[in-house]
Amino acid sequence: MINRNPQLDENGVLQHLLTTEGLPASILLHILDTAESFVGVTERDVKKIPLLRGKSIFNLFFEPSTRTRTTFEIAAKRLSADVINLNIAVSAQTKGEALLDTVNNLSAMNADMFIVRHAQSGAAHLIAKHVRPDIHVINAGDGSHAHPTQALLDMFTIRRYKEDFHNLRVAIIGDILHSRVARSQIHALTTLGVPEVRVIAPKTLLPKMVERLGVHVYHDMAKGLKDIDVLMMLRLQNERMKGANLPSPEEYFKYYGLTPEKLLLARRDAIVMHPGPMNRGVEIDSAVADGKQSVILPQVTFGIAVRMAVMSILAGNQV
Amino acid sequence: MQLPDAEVLFKSLAKKIQSDVGKDFALVGIYTGGVWLAERLHQELAITQPLGTLDVSFYRDDFDKIGLHSQVKPSEIPFEVEGAHIILVDDVLYTGRTIRAAVNELFDYGRPASISLATLVDRGGRELPIAAQYIGIELELPADKMLVLKREDNGKLSLDLYDKSFAE
Repeated sequence: MINRNPQLDENGVLQHLLTTEGLPASILLHILDTAESFVGVTERDVKKIPLLRGKSIFNLFFEPSTRTRTTFEIAAKRLSADVINLNIAVSAQTKGEALLDTVNNLSAMNADMFIVRHAQSGAAHLIAKHVRPDIHVINAGDGSHAHPTQALLDMFTIRRYKEDFHNLRVAIIGDILHSRVARSQIHALTTLGVPEVRVIAPKTLLPKMVERLGVHVYHDMAKGLKDIDVLMMLRLQNERMKGANLPSPEEYFKYYGLTPEKLLLARRDAIVMHPGPMNRGVEIDSAVADGKQSVILPQVTFGIAVRMAVMSILAGNQV
Repeated sequence: MQLPDAEVLFKSLAKKIQSDVGKDFALVGIYTGGVWLAERLHQELAITQPLGTLDVSFYRDDFDKIGLHSQVKPSEIPFEVEGAHIILVDDVLYTGRTIRAAVNELFDYGRPASISLATLVDRGGRELPIAAQYIGIELELPADKMLVLKREDNGKLSLDLYDKSFAE
């Protein structure tokens, strides 16, 4: 039996957004194109449209994340959906309620969509396989596996500033090993036709055989940043700084922190991105984060439009 | 069936608008055919207010049935809607549902002083209490036919009639 992509129905129509891996360029571009129209909506006085009126969207956050949850909440509210936030890390899970029991209960409350954040890789897939066919699931980050809406808003931002994916050199810099963002970015970039994707990181922060994802590996910023159009910085998690992967945050900053001097090694018109929240002085220098080439705040703005696009496309794709 | 010449209809529509309101109003075209017409009217009547465009996909009433349109275009209203006199432009007026959606969308930009409607063809069949003030021609067409406006590379407009089942 052919193992069908669990995000698509038998006609190749998107039912869930779980990962950017294996999605055709046509679906990625449809999301980006639709998001363009939502940018206009978010700039109006009345930032709300009636598209998802009467729909119930549940934010299921098994792992705390105020930022991501808020962006999904704003996106859903601008589509006129009702949003219910559940921080399950501090409610049922502590009482031992199983993941799928929680989902069953919420489905019985006539949920239309689940936004899922979970520390375990594959949690959103499990829920998508389990729910009724009329319920859609969006992965808002699962373990070190995937964070597709972050990658899509990054692609949207790149296209806004660079227009064409087909002549770009993109570098992803930092903790690739633990990063669901990096994985989703790499799949999206290669699918959209970016000819050269580099990863720049110390050996201890790179997954084994990362080259298989179609990226070029660099351990040295001076070499890796040459001719780069887009720099995608990654957040260095606090727990990694203290662990065995790194000597110290200061040491990391010295070699891999993005300073104005290192940025000069890239193309003069290169843009700097970061998924937030930033560790200033660890992976990025404040002068760069707040500098002319930074598009970090536009990323946040576009993130709302991209999430509105994903939600409305999914909600409209009924089986 | 012999369809009327869209270029002739356009000229008569432009004349009707001009003799009635001159050029002191804002034009808003509805994608796709309405935008083509609105662009031409904007030029022909030398309208000073910048041209607005609407894609009503986010305001349609059939989202639950057919989902989101595959190619949504950004709506752009580059003038102050509050207090403006607006003429909405669409190619074919039929059930009135598109116009309902367009009016709702315009109100999310502000409270206009007035909205009127210009259409190249009014083919009857209304399902809502909506009427056009400026009409190129009224045509009776069977319900199983779809009338669309086409634009050639040189900008020339023409009308085309399809079987609905064929178009889907």
